[in-house]
Amino acid sequence: MLHLILFLVFGAICVAGAINLLAQSHPISSALSLVVVMASLAVEYLLLGAEFVAAVQVIVYAGAVMVLFIFVIMLLNAGEEERTKGSKVAMILGVPGILTAGLLIAWTLIHRSNAGSVTLGALPGSPQTIGKLLFHDFLLPFEVTSVLVLIAIMGAVVLAQRAETPNLPPGKEI
Amino acid sequence: MLSLPVYIIASVIKTVLVIFILLTAVAYTVWLERKVVGHIQNRWGPTRVGPFGLLQPLADGVKFLVKEDLTPPHVYRPLFIAAPMIAVICALTSISVIPFGNSITIRGYQIPLQITDVNTGLLVVLGVTSIGVYGVALAGWSSNNKYSLLGGLRASAQMVSYEICLGLSLVGVLIVSGSFSLREIVQAQSGHFWGFLPKWNILYGGQFVAFFVYLMAAYAETNRIPFDLPEAETELVAGYHTEYSAMKFAMFFMAEYANMITVACLATLLFLGGWSGPVFGPPLLRSLLPVFWFVAKVFVFLFIYIWVRGTLPRFRYDQLMAFGWKFLFPLAIANLVVTALFVAYFSPK
Repeated sequence: MLHLILFLVFGAICVAGAINLLAQSHPISSALSLVVVMASLAVEYLLLGAEFVAAVQVIVYAGAVMVLFIFVIMLLNAGEEERTKGSKVAMILGVPGILTAGLLIAWTLIHRSNAGSVTLGALPGSPQTIGKLLFHDFLLPFEVTSVLVLIAIMGAVVLAQRAETPNLPPGKEI
Repeated sequence: MLSLPVYIIASVIKTVLVIFILLTAVAYTVWLERKVVGHIQNRWGPTRVGPFGLLQPLADGVKFLVKEDLTPPHVYRPLFIAAPMIAVICALTSISVIPFGNSITIRGYQIPLQITDVNTGLLVVLGVTSIGVYGVALAGWSSNNKYSLLGGLRASAQMVSYEICLGLSLVGVLIVSGSFSLREIVQAQSGHFWGFLPKWNILYGGQFVAFFVYLMAAYAETNRIPFDLPEAETELVAGYHTEYSAMKFAMFFMAEYANMITVACLATLLFLGGWSGPVFGPPLLRSLLPVFWFVAKVFVFLFIYIWVRGTLPRFRYDQLMAFGWKFLFPLAIANLVVTALFVAYFSPK
């Protein structure tokens, strides 16, 4: 019972953080709202029983990725966003579209709840289980993902290097 | 298993006790630092307030409480006020999963000497300390001051970089111990080998390289000399806490020292065998000696911290980053690979 109450409360905090992320006009406030979203997602994972995923969620997303976001915002000294009036297409098509999609998802989940439901605290989320899954059943996707990340890092290095080669012979600029 | 009321009462008592001891330890680590650094520099350190200056922390506390709390006009107020709170809350929270000893038995109830035993305790500490970066980064940004901003930027870059080395150095210990639970990691280190040497991870597990990496990364994580670039007073006035005064400044101070103590506790638990040590004598002494060994090891670690502060100069920022990424990081990975190979080769089939 307590678990269910906590789950609902943190779900509400998560959604509120996500809405606040869009509503805030200052980048730092938006980034901090995203931290709230990440942290409350971690609590949801914890309540479902996936304590390892919860810890990694906090360490990686809230503790490292979002710190880098804030780092960049601080470095660029980004000011307030400029507000536009918003497009009419978004108001006419987007809002009803989102509502319909949300209702459709909710309806499907309620009527086909056996498709992928889990009871609170019953998710097999111990480090051993996750390790076995990652390094036995999903070894290939795992390794492919790591190669993907490596490519992304190399791309970032190449992009960052480009500005630092002013001594190329004329006609050979990249 | 304890019944619910007993459990709640025990938890509340333990929490209050641990926070009280932690804050006292923070205050007296400051005193110890001033005393030891004083002696290293051929001075006396605090001597006036109480015998050996022992009441100096109390005097400092009173001073922080009664000083005027200035808020500069151009700061971003909500974050300016929240930042020191984030720092100190994260610093105090991480102590909650640290075990100080085995369980003690009071009136038939077995009470573990730990606020809460989480089976991923190590990850909880890492997660909470990684959130602590926000305190420093946001303090630097919200102060609206270029020195503070530079300090905050340096702090966040440095902490994110060294967190990777810190985490990797711990993985070796995890491979040797086979658990995330701090209690189980300590229990795996009990006993002796070759007759007399304790089975600590730093010796038996062969994790001395990991210990070195951990030590370096811990100095950087807690913004201590030789890696205290975020508050380098010769370049940045006081770095991220330039604009803070009175209790808000004291909160950053408390957070820094509480983090030092947490890092020392983790080092003790993971590398130095936790509370294991010779236990003898009557039952009361038997139950208290492990806690004594734990505190003694933490004290040694804190003393090394202060010693390093008194002897080493500050690095340059590019040296700091190069050291972290080009030396510590490869070293940690090499240690990880070697440890994994050893464990895979020698572990029972």
